[in-house]
Amino acid sequence: MPLSKSVGARIKRREDPSLIRGLGQYVDDVKLPEMLHVALLRSPHAHARIKSIDTVAAGQHPGVVAVVTGAELRDQIGTIPTTADNPTLRIPKHFVLAVDKVCYVGEGVAAVVAESRYTARDGIDLIQVEYDPLPAVTDPEKALASDSPVIHSEWPDNLAFHWEQTQGEVEKAFKQADKVVKQKLVHQRLAPIAIETRGVVARYLSTGKELTVWSSTQIPHLLKTHLAKMLQLPEEQMRVIAPDVGGGFGSKLNVYAEEGLLAWMAMKLGRPVKWVEERRENIQATIHGRGQVGEVQAAVKKDGTILGLRYKVVGDIGAYHQLFTPAIPPFTGLMLSGCYKIPAIGIEVRAAFTNKMSTDAYRGAGRPEATYVIERLMDRIAQELDIDAVKVRRKNFPQPQEFPFKTATGLAYDSGNYQAALDKALKLAGYDKLRREQKQLRHRGRYLGIGVSTYVEICAMGPGFWEYGKVEVDPAGSVKVFSGASPHGQGQKTSFAQIVADELGVPMDDVDVIHGDTKIVAKGMGTFGSRATAVGGVAVYQAAEKVREKARDLASHLLEVDADDLVFSDGRFAVKGVPRRALTIQQIAGQAAKNLPKGSAASLSAESTFEPANFTFPFGTHVCVVEVEPETGNVEIKKYVAVDDCGKVINPLLVDGQVQGGIAQGLGQALYEGVVYDKNGQLLTGSLMDYALPRAANLPRFQLARTETPTPVNPLGVKGIGEAGTIGSTPAVVGAVVDALAPFGVTHIDMPLTPQKIWRLCREKKPAMAGRRR
Amino acid sequence: MIPAAFDYLAPQTLDEAVRALASYGEDAKILAGGQSLLPLLKLRLAQPKLLIDVVKISALSGIGQQDDMIVIGALTTHYQIESSELLKKKCPLLPQTARAIGDVQVRNRGTIGGSLSHADPAADWPAAILALRGKMRLRGPRGERTLGAEEFFLGPMTTAIEPTEILTEIRLPLPLRRSGHAYQKMAQPASGFALVGVAVSLKIDAKGICEEIGIGVTGLSDKAFRAHAVEERLRGNKLIAKLIEESAAKVADGVDPLEDLHADAEFRAHLARVYAARAIQGAAKAVGRSR
Repeated sequence: MPLSKSVGARIKRREDPSLIRGLGQYVDDVKLPEMLHVALLRSPHAHARIKSIDTVAAGQHPGVVAVVTGAELRDQIGTIPTTADNPTLRIPKHFVLAVDKVCYVGEGVAAVVAESRYTARDGIDLIQVEYDPLPAVTDPEKALASDSPVIHSEWPDNLAFHWEQTQGEVEKAFKQADKVVKQKLVHQRLAPIAIETRGVVARYLSTGKELTVWSSTQIPHLLKTHLAKMLQLPEEQMRVIAPDVGGGFGSKLNVYAEEGLLAWMAMKLGRPVKWVEERRENIQATIHGRGQVGEVQAAVKKDGTILGLRYKVVGDIGAYHQLFTPAIPPFTGLMLSGCYKIPAIGIEVRAAFTNKMSTDAYRGAGRPEATYVIERLMDRIAQELDIDAVKVRRKNFPQPQEFPFKTATGLAYDSGNYQAALDKALKLAGYDKLRREQKQLRHRGRYLGIGVSTYVEICAMGPGFWEYGKVEVDPAGSVKVFSGASPHGQGQKTSFAQIVADELGVPMDDVDVIHGDTKIVAKGMGTFGSRATAVGGVAVYQAAEKVREKARDLASHLLEVDADDLVFSDGRFAVKGVPRRALTIQQIAGQAAKNLPKGSAASLSAESTFEPANFTFPFGTHVCVVEVEPETGNVEIKKYVAVDDCGKVINPLLVDGQVQGGIAQGLGQALYEGVVYDKNGQLLTGSLMDYALPRAANLPRFQLARTETPTPVNPLGVKGIGEAGTIGSTPAVVGAVVDALAPFGVTHIDMPLTPQKIWRLCREKKPAMAGRRR
Repeated sequence: MIPAAFDYLAPQTLDEAVRALASYGEDAKILAGGQSLLPLLKLRLAQPKLLIDVVKISALSGIGQQDDMIVIGALTTHYQIESSELLKKKCPLLPQTARAIGDVQVRNRGTIGGSLSHADPAADWPAAILALRGKMRLRGPRGERTLGAEEFFLGPMTTAIEPTEILTEIRLPLPLRRSGHAYQKMAQPASGFALVGVAVSLKIDAKGICEEIGIGVTGLSDKAFRAHAVEERLRGNKLIAKLIEESAAKVADGVDPLEDLHADAEFRAHLARVYAARAIQGAAKAVGRSR
């Protein structure tokens, strides 16, 4: 019986039946004998000197086992790591609990360990801290001004790092331009808000010298390496387990204070400890995304051709660096060319320390910013030159035959056909008809807007970032797949099983995918940057290929024929010309256990590490249609079309899910979300009563479609889809609202596009019906 | 999100609850659906010594009609009101308002009495109860008393309920023939509370003259209020668009509007005028559809 190919099939996530019935095993579900509970006292000040901390009353509270402060820990636990190879980078000492000074609201000041979660929390109220408040700075541009309060005394200019890159003749381009189009753009801070907040359980077995840390993390193996270093422990004594993880969006691609703190406590106290983050802590002390303010300038010809680009941006770092904080603004710089041929690009990034939580990777991590810059710019160019926004984009696309396409930022886009995705999206949206409808409605005082975003993004980070996979067929015929990727909602337990089932010709139900435990999976990097399938999936695929070839050798021994005389099809190795003399891989595994050829390994298993030679560059076109009510500022999304190209598709259902969630988050940035601190550094959006997330009821039914342009970078041809929805959607939504308000002379609005902002812009102006633009 | 320690009592009868409340007074808190109180407890903004969970007192729950009054038990959930066939027919403003509250989970747990007692200045119920001239029945150690809606709301999170009293039911005059209702709201995008909400209940005579009108406004100021000035301009007149616009424009006069991250005072006042006009229009259009 021929097995149906599962790659490419719309297969439901096998993760879901347990997760949706509440049977998932998250960090908070880890309950160990003798376990203690930890609560943190966090700074209410954005910037203050700590004069004294009195922990006596807390320490004497019944049920409290220990109270610790930063001063006691500074020589016990290493600082929180950051990674970047920028020579201008300044790295302030980032202790797990503040020492002498606090630099943002929510910074940990002391921790209470107690017999119960309630007692630990009660203990917090009994700690007395005397602060000497200092002036704070929260605006990154103001932080770089000479009269700003200084956050780290070593660096009075508050400059965290500096990065510049110019390729092509930028000055010449601006001299030759018919017109220079400028726009200032604000990428507001966002809170990632994974449904599961962070959480850590740590246990130290002094007998076996094993320190186990359960963490809601995207990167168990990297975390293991960093924690071992922070605790000065041999790495082989360290084990990290990422159990079920309820979302990360980049916020768990990190090494956090609490991970180091709890690991240390478990060793120190000899009892397991647990901390689960509250939602308020999650908004205060889990990394934020975005946080850039920049000005873009484009040198353009009358016909819309872009000759050159300048982008000056200030990155809002926060008080300290987290793991990838310094990598994000330069990542924006690298992607500034978007999906356009721009011969000259100059970028200047200055990153400022501010009295806020750190920014770091949040779904898109630098690419949403780049895409927003270039796509808003395309709309602005269209406005300034009075050309249709779609035409301007088309004018500057590279042609499909120009790939691999080299950008003036130094990247080589692997493959693409931007025209095809655009054509498909416009057709699905009914673009020309929408423009006619828009015109008619305007005469009736109704304001329809159409936003188009043509994006390209960068996935599956190349050289230096590898992933590990291992495939094993046991004698009973069950197939185990071990991956160093650490999916936390992406569905690779399903898609990796599809890949391996097809390679080995076994039923998918017999394939189990195992990940997230450094003791079980030899090595790995984790799930981030839309890499799990395009790197981790390839490693697994290569391991499966090796297993199949091993099985061929075993089959040759078992069937007593030359390996070259075997054909593999429909999941069986059959003797050429004698199809009935055949064995499946599962049969081979069973028989080989009893009848092994001399010198061959007992198990039918193989491993592979895949390190791609280049990145992949998924792309697509998103079209958003809105109706805006100027009287109230309400925005209604009437239609949303997304055509995404992520190369070959393993599971269309999973891809759709990724795109839908991504669009929701990108649309959230456009219309609702924003972490707001006041000028004194107090967090005004400290709970979900004030931080506005998009709800299902706010969203229309998305019309999703695809084009398929495989990447030559990996043998599966897959590119990655985890972040595309977020990257493509934000400029489409903003573009649509601005387009709707063109009769009011609106050319740009900073996000989030709240009713209040829209109303205020519209009320002073009478709509101009005979607008220049369509 | 971990509350401080408290004692817990779940009385079976109202008498028992009132007795417990009498002995603890301000140190006790009534727990109904918990949609407002539990977050306050978890943030330790409320730290009562005793929680009196009234959920087992069945007499406090239910929707009925007594002569020309609609009677709603304080423990009745938003969802029960939203889905009540009796109310849809006889007093559609209530189901319409219930539908605008929070989300499905909140409506399944939250109660009308809990919401009114909590008196959040941006809650939805006060607007409707004011527009319908509802009355609150309170029960305390000295017996029962009844307060009109306008005497009931005193300020943000403050009502005329004494620390030893419990809100037991809400009584609303049955809307008459040729009446119409509407609730119009702009929701705060995160919390779902009203940036501004306006409820209107009106009655029009055979000639199209507005005989009676009640307008309740929530979200605009530190307590929900009745827009008497607007009502007076409309009462005795035909509800033509121009008059509605002009009258609604007065809704924020003399009011000190709330300000927050989502709407400053100027925008809130503007929204109140827009939504007041829409609610009056909507109610006028709805005349004849009920009963």
